[in-house]
Amino acid sequence: MNKNNAIINGRDLVKVYQMGEFEVRALDGASIQVQEGEFVAIMGPSGSGKSTLMNVLGCLMSPTSGEYILDGEDVSDLDKVELAQIRNQKLGFIFQSYNLLARTPALENVILPLFYDRTSLLGDEEQKEKAIEMLKAVGLEDRIYHEPQELSGGQQQRVSIARALVNNPVMVMADEPTGNLDSKSGAEIMDLLVSLHKKGVTIVMVTHDPAIAKYTDRTIHLLDGKVAREVINGKEKK
Amino acid sequence: MKPMKVIKIAWLALWKNKIRSLLTMLGIIIGVAAVIIMIGISAGTEATIQEQITGLGSNLIYVSGSFGRMAPGADSSSGGLVYDDAFAIADQINGVQGVVVEQSSTQTVKAGATSLEDVTIMGTTADFPSVRDMEIASGRYFSQQEIDRTTNIAVLGSSLAEELFGEEDPFGQTITVGTNVRLTVVGVFDEKGMVGDVDYDSRLYTPITIVLEKLVNNQFSRFLGDRVRLIYVEVDETVGTEGERTLDDVIYQISLLLAKRHEVSLDEPDFTITTQQDIITTQESTTAAFRSLLAWVAGVSLIVGGIGIMNIMLVSVTERTREIGIRQSVGATPNDIRWQFLTEALLLSLIGGLIGVAAGVIGAWVFGQASGMRTVIVVSSVLLAFGSAATVGVFFGFYPANQAAQLDPIDALRYE
Repeated sequence: MNKNNAIINGRDLVKVYQMGEFEVRALDGASIQVQEGEFVAIMGPSGSGKSTLMNVLGCLMSPTSGEYILDGEDVSDLDKVELAQIRNQKLGFIFQSYNLLARTPALENVILPLFYDRTSLLGDEEQKEKAIEMLKAVGLEDRIYHEPQELSGGQQQRVSIARALVNNPVMVMADEPTGNLDSKSGAEIMDLLVSLHKKGVTIVMVTHDPAIAKYTDRTIHLLDGKVAREVINGKEKK
Repeated sequence: MKPMKVIKIAWLALWKNKIRSLLTMLGIIIGVAAVIIMIGISAGTEATIQEQITGLGSNLIYVSGSFGRMAPGADSSSGGLVYDDAFAIADQINGVQGVVVEQSSTQTVKAGATSLEDVTIMGTTADFPSVRDMEIASGRYFSQQEIDRTTNIAVLGSSLAEELFGEEDPFGQTITVGTNVRLTVVGVFDEKGMVGDVDYDSRLYTPITIVLEKLVNNQFSRFLGDRVRLIYVEVDETVGTEGERTLDDVIYQISLLLAKRHEVSLDEPDFTITTQQDIITTQESTTAAFRSLLAWVAGVSLIVGGIGIMNIMLVSVTERTREIGIRQSVGATPNDIRWQFLTEALLLSLIGGLIGVAAGVIGAWVFGQASGMRTVIVVSSVLLAFGSAATVGVFFGFYPANQAAQLDPIDALRYE
């Protein structure tokens, strides 16, 4: 692997939760690398630490120990404010339950990351244009002013994908993106992610579904907070 | 983040929960309106009282007998005010324009078949209309000559005339006061209204000699001389303005004169001299106390309104935990979240404050119309109420906003 192009370089990541008198080592020395443009799945049984790994890689929390280099920047030891800025600048999130703002039009939902972008030079109109462009890219040009409750699950997930892409992130974190969808909508979402991947977007996806994992280049299997094995999904892609 | 955007986001959040926002604002609305209405009422009352006091006539000095001070067994001529004191003041003191003596008696008044009990019969003198700013509506007033001759005539207050005679013209009619004093009506006063707690319109005015000689003419009063309750002295308008004589000089001279006439020392007078200003000052201190009491009551309701805001904001933070998590996941910092909720609280109280100002101004007007009381919108009270509302919003919005800012993004996202 070419280290220079590593988006994620996590080394010996440890995350310890203090549960009263007990310590739970949700991550116990996991090391993970993701290259630019890769589409990676993280799999593992429940309790294997995949959610924790997702949260650490997504800069929603800092690891207890270990080193995490994201896009060439050491983010292992940042405070809340700095983590928030990293999420804003470098990451996009796709959640199982979409996590759209209720009673808020799709457009406003997609603009949200730009709203918190202190470095952005875009004016209101440009932000709006960019969000509309993203909604078009996910095939929702005729649903721009619809609110989440007026959209199907698949459409809602498309809105959240548009939101994840609007800030040109170095990586998109997807947490069970098809978990709440029927198989047809799920397949459509996966096709969309694959097409994004083909355009060069780096995607890290957590799933427990092997069929979904097959869409990716590589599957990282977690067990007891450690990387158990990695599988290159040899397939018809590329 | 640009402030305008923060305000827009906060506004949208409030707009999405219109009913709840309105209910939350209600406390502030009522508080602000209460402050404005209450201060409006007390300011209106104050202004009315002041006008009434000056409406009594300008530059008035009140000389009243302090009967309590009279030594028991003292010479009859040395206690209290007598009718002749008034003439002495008018004749001997410079700067006095008019003197009015009043002595009242409460009697039953009959006119034809109509009989009214407990009518105040005001015995008075020739200067009364000018000193007291009373206008004759029809007929005439009585002269000093008629007073000296104890002529049996009367001038009626406007409402008394109406009660006794209704639509009929009272002029020239004979009325019976008490058991056997018959007076001829020679005039009716214009409407004057209430001055302080005195209803000038329900009274009967007659030469003071009638009251002194025919109505309170008992052994006691004969023994004491023509005792009167009150002498009004109208001071010349130039007094106090031209520097030569001040109001205090006139008061001092009246004191000297009366002390000499009553043979009492100035240190222990048997009379009291009060100026219009004294009365205004007393009234002002009373209404000021009244006003600050009202302001405090209204202020408490503002604080209650603020607690209402805090309450709802806390519920709102809990209810919108997921939203907070979403915002954090896309890059909102704790400060962004804090500002959002603080802005919402501030908007609630500012909008509530504005509605409250409108409600207060309208409410004060409606209250004034409905009750007949005068209300005055005091600009400073509007600013005070609005400013307090904003302060309350920030103060009570801070705690919930901090709670929101301290949420952990992962917990917040997981919150169901």
